[in-house]
Amino acid sequence: MPVSQPPELVIDARNGSTRYLSGLWRDLWQYRELFYFLAWRDVLVRYKQTVIGIAWALLKPVLTMAVLIVVFSRLANLPSGELPYPILVLAALLPWQFFSSAMTECSSSLVDDAHLVSKIYFPRMIIPASSVIVSLMDWAISGVILLALLCWYGVLPGWQIIFLPLFALLTFALSLGVGLWLAALTVKYRDVRQVVPFIAQLGLYVSPVGFSSNVVPEQWRLLYSLNPMVGIIDGFRWAISGGLSPLRVSDLALATVVLSVTLWSGARYFRRIERRFADII
Amino acid sequence: MPASVIEVENLGKQYLISHRSSIGGTTLREELTESVKDWGRRLLSPRAQRSRSSLEAFWALKDVSFRVEQGEVVGIIGRNGAGKSTLLKILSRITEPTTGRIVLRGRLSSLLEVGTGFHPELTGRENIFLNGAILGMTRAEIRRRFDEIVSFAEIDRFLDTPVKRYSSGMYVRLAFAVAAHLQPDILVIDEVLAVGDAAFQKKCLARMDDVARHGKTVLMISHNMLSIESLCKRVIWLQAGQIREAGPASVVVGQYLQTASSALSERTWPDPAIAPGNDEVRLHKARVRPAGDAADNTVSVSRAFVMEFEFWNLRPNACLYVNLQLYSPHGLLIFESAPVHATQWLGRPFPVGLFRFTCHVPANLLNNGVHSATFVLVRDENVILHREVDILVFDIEDSNEYRGGWLGPWDGAVRPILGWDTELVEPRIERTRTDAPGGDSTA
Repeated sequence: MPVSQPPELVIDARNGSTRYLSGLWRDLWQYRELFYFLAWRDVLVRYKQTVIGIAWALLKPVLTMAVLIVVFSRLANLPSGELPYPILVLAALLPWQFFSSAMTECSSSLVDDAHLVSKIYFPRMIIPASSVIVSLMDWAISGVILLALLCWYGVLPGWQIIFLPLFALLTFALSLGVGLWLAALTVKYRDVRQVVPFIAQLGLYVSPVGFSSNVVPEQWRLLYSLNPMVGIIDGFRWAISGGLSPLRVSDLALATVVLSVTLWSGARYFRRIERRFADII
Repeated sequence: MPASVIEVENLGKQYLISHRSSIGGTTLREELTESVKDWGRRLLSPRAQRSRSSLEAFWALKDVSFRVEQGEVVGIIGRNGAGKSTLLKILSRITEPTTGRIVLRGRLSSLLEVGTGFHPELTGRENIFLNGAILGMTRAEIRRRFDEIVSFAEIDRFLDTPVKRYSSGMYVRLAFAVAAHLQPDILVIDEVLAVGDAAFQKKCLARMDDVARHGKTVLMISHNMLSIESLCKRVIWLQAGQIREAGPASVVVGQYLQTASSALSERTWPDPAIAPGNDEVRLHKARVRPAGDAADNTVSVSRAFVMEFEFWNLRPNACLYVNLQLYSPHGLLIFESAPVHATQWLGRPFPVGLFRFTCHVPANLLNNGVHSATFVLVRDENVILHREVDILVFDIEDSNEYRGGWLGPWDGAVRPILGWDTELVEPRIERTRTDAPGGDSTA
């Protein structure tokens, strides 16, 4: 495609713009092919390298679910409301595992692709964003177990199911927001990498994954809902159970606010320091 | 007259050495103190001097200005650390300049490494798409040129084999083939021609020539003066981050080669925390000297000499190997050598400590001129731990012996003294008869 007027690009040291987010969409659109290929690479490599491959995406939630049921239902005797305990746990575990693996992948993605960052120019956000796609694949695969469980217990989803994509989107946004913060911080301070597994482990017990959020005392509820996973998890339970599990609109609203702030500030911080990635990675 | 394709004005890049020196990455505390110090220094003296030895800011590039016109092929030469790679990194937007301004007119593709983003688990076919996308090609473009790329790389039969099973030659051929089929307006290349076998290198050079002839602009770095001279019309010589000389290729290359580089015939990195290397090995010393107890320190054609390399091994029981490459004044690889005959340490685990490798080069092997050595440290036979390009750069003087009566330049990569016999075979000259055509077919 011969272009009459070649594109002119100015690289200026004093061009230190502070409007980091305005050019983001244009950049991402321009490099959408690279985004596609990096995501494609991550997915291919993920399922090529592991022996049990897809089976692992199924095995992991099942085993974790079994442990959580034993601990919270049998030992702690926590109530599950009108939902069977396995469904209560699995409906929460799937978004939680997506969040936790996406956050982990995201945070190390830049350092893992350091050779790309130091040899080629592209909007750096492509790397953490495409790493989330792999977790999304795992999520979709493990959704089969939930489907099987719903059939087994005869729980029928109602009209609420149409909100499922919305909750999925919220989880995605939250993972990306937290992931961008961690990815950018990991480039700068390598010790952040050690904090990530800790967040993932602690989060599993702090969020209402193994129990219903109704067991939290009412006076602590607002504070508890500051964790955006509370609203998201309740949303998932509500959507797949046809409303058997209650959803508080206030929780959901609070989660949306918290995750929006996280995503916005994460993207902004990332854009602010991405020009220095190649120098410090 | 169209505007220049590349305009660079007062370009400067400042690095903070502390970022690269500390073992185990930066910590928040270090970061804060360094930025406060830097800020204070800039406040006191806006033109902070360049310093490499301490934990300070230094200018990898300073006040660099030049223009490149449409269709020009410009070479960038200079010793290691002169700022060549930094310049290309700024041009390809990987890193930002500290001062100055660049205007680029046209689509720029940079090739700072062959095979960037290749994934060993993926097949050749998959890697062509991935690498193409990384280099800035669209899916449609890659698909259109796919067959050309495959036949250029000569890997048709291994298209669906993971590249981890490729030989290094195949790997490089595939990587270069993808890069060679880029169609940018401006191509920026760093030293990629230093790979592959001779036949493939020739193919690559032809391809580059082809690119330039189609009105593309090329900016290349190379240590190989032969390829620089044959490909580039104009050369920019960088020294310590600044342009030392710029002009017609043959003139600048000539000046560059003549400059004595005695400063690099003996080098010491006193501090194991910031010496070149990484957490496993770090260089300590390198030097070249005449063999035996010579009164003066000059290395000449007819004198044996030794090259010594000292480094710290920081990892207990590492199986270390070293490799030495010696380059001629024109950047031609003369030999590669490794201590494979010294069985005392070969393949044995190395304890932590300071090691010295000494390479003995016999007299009357190399020709005169400024030679450069590259030193490579390898672990477990295949992991390259550190590669120091131009670890030593030294002049081999002409001893003016064994020249017969000839006083002009003595050509050739090596200058061995070979055995010659001169005999008188027949004292007379007998003329054979040629008047009977096909004389040997007489029945």
